[in-house]
Amino acid sequence: MTADLASASPRTSPAPRRTARRTARRARRADWIAVVSTFVVVVGGWEAVVRIADISSIVLPPPSLIVGKLYDGLVHGTFVKNLGYTMAETVLGFAIAAFLGIVLGALVAEIRWIRRAVYPYIVAFQTVPKIALAPLLVIWFGFGMTSKVIVAVTVAFFPVIVNTIEGLQNTDHQRIDMIRAMGAGRFEAFRRVKLPSALPYIFAGLDAAIVLSLLGAVVGEFMGSRAGLGNQILIFNSVLDIAGSFAVLILLSIIGFLLHLLLVMVQKKVVFWTNVHAVSSGA
Amino acid sequence: MRTAASEPAQAGQRHDEQLISIRGATLAYPTASGDPVQALNPIDLDIRAEAFVSLVGPSGCGKSTLLKILAGLLHQSEGEVTLDGRPLTGPSPNVGVVFQQPVLLPWLTILNNVLLPIRVQKRNVDEYRQRAMDLLAMVGLEGFESRYPSELSGGMQQRVGIVRALVPDPQILLMDEPFGALDALTREQLNDDLQTIWAEQRKTVFFITHSIPEAVYLSDRVLVMSERPGRVIADFEVDIPRPRSLEDVSLPEFVELTGRIRRLLNAKGGID
Repeated sequence: MTADLASASPRTSPAPRRTARRTARRARRADWIAVVSTFVVVVGGWEAVVRIADISSIVLPPPSLIVGKLYDGLVHGTFVKNLGYTMAETVLGFAIAAFLGIVLGALVAEIRWIRRAVYPYIVAFQTVPKIALAPLLVIWFGFGMTSKVIVAVTVAFFPVIVNTIEGLQNTDHQRIDMIRAMGAGRFEAFRRVKLPSALPYIFAGLDAAIVLSLLGAVVGEFMGSRAGLGNQILIFNSVLDIAGSFAVLILLSIIGFLLHLLLVMVQKKVVFWTNVHAVSSGA
Repeated sequence: MRTAASEPAQAGQRHDEQLISIRGATLAYPTASGDPVQALNPIDLDIRAEAFVSLVGPSGCGKSTLLKILAGLLHQSEGEVTLDGRPLTGPSPNVGVVFQQPVLLPWLTILNNVLLPIRVQKRNVDEYRQRAMDLLAMVGLEGFESRYPSELSGGMQQRVGIVRALVPDPQILLMDEPFGALDALTREQLNDDLQTIWAEQRKTVFFITHSIPEAVYLSDRVLVMSERPGRVIADFEVDIPRPRSLEDVSLPEFVELTGRIRRLLNAKGGID
């Protein structure tokens, strides 16, 4: 579509674009209405069922109670402090996993003897449920933040390295021929063609990694900790404050969603060429 | 018409005039089964500076293989290839390549795409920026410097591909079916543009195509290649005066030459 317009005249007329944008905006509004309606129906139904059937709040607390707990926890309670703690573990774990995943992935993809020596182990470890290492890691690295960061790195590392290798090995051969014909050596070809070509894959790995990193941090806290939102859930559970646990769960969901959203925004800025339309409509 | 067989005999005394010289070059690919596949039978070929030479032949005959050898992307299994008297050992900054697909990098603007060889070859980008802009203007892409490839049509993208090959000012331009993916009208226009570029920039062009009329229209010489493993089976001079226009395709000598080439290719296809 854009290509056809561009071929017709250098200055594309703004009129058809504007109509297309308006149609897109209208469609997006319809999507929002559908999403919000579903939310209202489900939460309203939940509230109604709990109240009509008189279900104990130890079994299933009503949404109104959960929201109240969430508000209390954020304004008067320990949620903010614990949130900061869990976020620190998550972000640190993610950053380390991203760095190690991309660097080691590049070494595995580009250097044959490293690939031979290491790649089979990566494939083998990929199927290991890394989260099951959490109890062990807490014993090794203690109840502090370190063990949580290491659990987060352990679960978040694999999607990054696997996607990095995949992306680098799937670089279009024509692009490599093109840059080599200009006289580019291996590093130059890597820097100018392979790495940018692999970025959409790498970002897919990072997207998985940031959510897994949060999961790793919380599970690490379950295994033994003094702070964090996982620790908060354990405390609520121990006193049968199910509404409190739900409130933390909601907080965790919101954080997970926001982290994912943040990553998508960065991805759209960095890998802008993979979906030109999405970028232009988002601006 | 000269025959391919008469070429080596002349080569001795005319060696210094030839910009590209191929002596007995073959290429065999190793395969998993152990038996190497012969992609190219011994090729002997000389191309003088500033000539426009086309190569036509059936699909898979090894045309692109020969081009990749000249581009330094593949090394011949046997024989010798020299550029300007020096043996070819790898990609040379003196050679620009235009591929069948434009192969532009979608994350770079048009200007940065055409300056890519300058950056790769560690030359001073500032010295070539004006040349890049001029070449873009020459192919009708003025004002598109800061656009991205996805905003351009296929024909425009291929023009960018040609400009990218020209920016470092190489002596030799290798073109691998550059217009094969374009519609007929765009193709005719780009043929015209290419003739202009060749006349202005005085490049030595080695041009691979499936289209016999395109080869005759553009070239000083048209080489015909046999089926795989490829071998040059004929070498035609094109005497139609330049600059040529699209009306020239109905000239008797044009029709006669395209007919001869087509019959040769058909006969070869018929025997197999």
